Amino acid sequence: MTDSVTAPLKKTPLHSSHVALGARMVPFGGWDMPVEYSGITAEHNAVRTAAGLFDVSHMGEVEIAGKGALEAVQHITSNDASKLQIGQIQYSGLTSPEGTFVDDLLVYRFGPSHFLLVINAGNIDKDWAWISTKAKEAVPDVATVNSSNRYALIAIQGPKAEEILQTQTAIGLAAIKYYWFAHGEIAAVRGTVSRTGYTGEDGFEIMIPPAMAPTVWDALLQAGKPHGLIPAGLGARDTLRLEASMRLHGSDIDDTTTVVEADLNWIVGWHKPAFLGRDVLHAQKANGTTRTLVGFEMTERAIGRRGHAVFHNGQPVGVVTSGTQTPFLKKAIGMAYLPPALKAPGTEIEIDIRGRRAKAVVVPMPFYKRPKKS
Amino acid sequence: MSYPADLKYTKEHEWIRIDGDTGAIGITDFAQQQLGDVVYVELPEVGATITAGQVFGTIESVKAVSELFAPVTGEVVAANGDLKDRPDHVNSKPHDSWMVKVKMSTPGDGASLMDAAAYEALIAK
Repeated sequence: MTDSVTAPLKKTPLHSSHVALGARMVPFGGWDMPVEYSGITAEHNAVRTAAGLFDVSHMGEVEIAGKGALEAVQHITSNDASKLQIGQIQYSGLTSPEGTFVDDLLVYRFGPSHFLLVINAGNIDKDWAWISTKAKEAVPDVATVNSSNRYALIAIQGPKAEEILQTQTAIGLAAIKYYWFAHGEIAAVRGTVSRTGYTGEDGFEIMIPPAMAPTVWDALLQAGKPHGLIPAGLGARDTLRLEASMRLHGSDIDDTTTVVEADLNWIVGWHKPAFLGRDVLHAQKANGTTRTLVGFEMTERAIGRRGHAVFHNGQPVGVVTSGTQTPFLKKAIGMAYLPPALKAPGTEIEIDIRGRRAKAVVVPMPFYKRPKKS
Repeated sequence: MSYPADLKYTKEHEWIRIDGDTGAIGITDFAQQQLGDVVYVELPEVGATITAGQVFGTIESVKAVSELFAPVTGEVVAANGDLKDRPDHVNSKPHDSWMVKVKMSTPGDGASLMDAAAYEALIAK
């Protein structure tokens, strides 16, 4: 909270709703955002057991359309977008020629030649400059549009999300599969509903015009109340995504770490003939890397956090990229880059926490997997 | 929540309840609100010496790590082990959740700290 502020903070269309709900507001990626309302623990556990409502309107959107749109998306992203059917979404990397992450993103296929990319709030300007340049490198007359101001984004997450959202829409939610979307009306507002999220829980993300965001937000808050839904802030969003071992750009992945190092080989289209970073990623897949992202769990009472050094047999071997005490699992967990020789679950490591070496062990990710629906 | 009149307060948002030559130390309601859900409190061992104005421990919430500053100088005579299992008590009853008790090196050491009215004026700014 001591960040030096160079520009006035941006506000989402739901800003006054957050203030009215008594949220604690903090600067995040250039935005004035709610970090918590009733408390991170309560909000986190509501999402795991009932539902939480998140304003994620700070996220950016870039659209790529016209002849050659698929080719342009294929050039700038790591995953194979040709596998996407209309109405389908994939997680992908916006990769540099070095195979590192300019950003990570969701790719929505709106039409045969119309894609929408959802990017991180703090990266909008950088990504927009990158995407508009690199897409045209591959396809000179493809259209690229920064439509970040045209969409508000609300996430409803948790085992009760479908039941609550269904009271506000005629879209058949049960028919929307994981990482698919449908267009329709939500609380009488025209929008797009996708079965996606950043919590490791079942749920939906709703894209609507900014002016209508308060209508949808209020309707879901009211409809959800009897089901235990509460508003949830960025604090819970971070602990939830970490339990689900979802990477955070700027912490676990960035423009110095490659897709292979981040252990995200599944978002690489290995059969694609060309894309930015392809050669580096193929070489790393074949020859290995010097570090890989692993999950760890503290075995003594302490919390390894971002930036803490990791030791093995007394030698420094890596650094923690994310770490917290998780409200639901009630364990201190985190991620760290370690030499691949140390990636096996059960490997004992030590984390330097303000001068004290605390014991931890490498564990498989994800830390949390939601129960299968009965 | 009100700030009890029998406590003294620091500008770093610790309180001390002085009883003779010993003092029990915790953090204020304002501090716990700023921290959010407390998950871990790291305290010095019994027998350790803490020094006024210096760090004597750390407190971690889900989101952040903060340092605990000693209001007085003295020897730790007790550390509150209950907070190991119930760190959330720092949130729910901050002014009853003492962290350490110290035997003050100089009795009367805490006299210059803020009283409740002065502390409430500080946090109202």
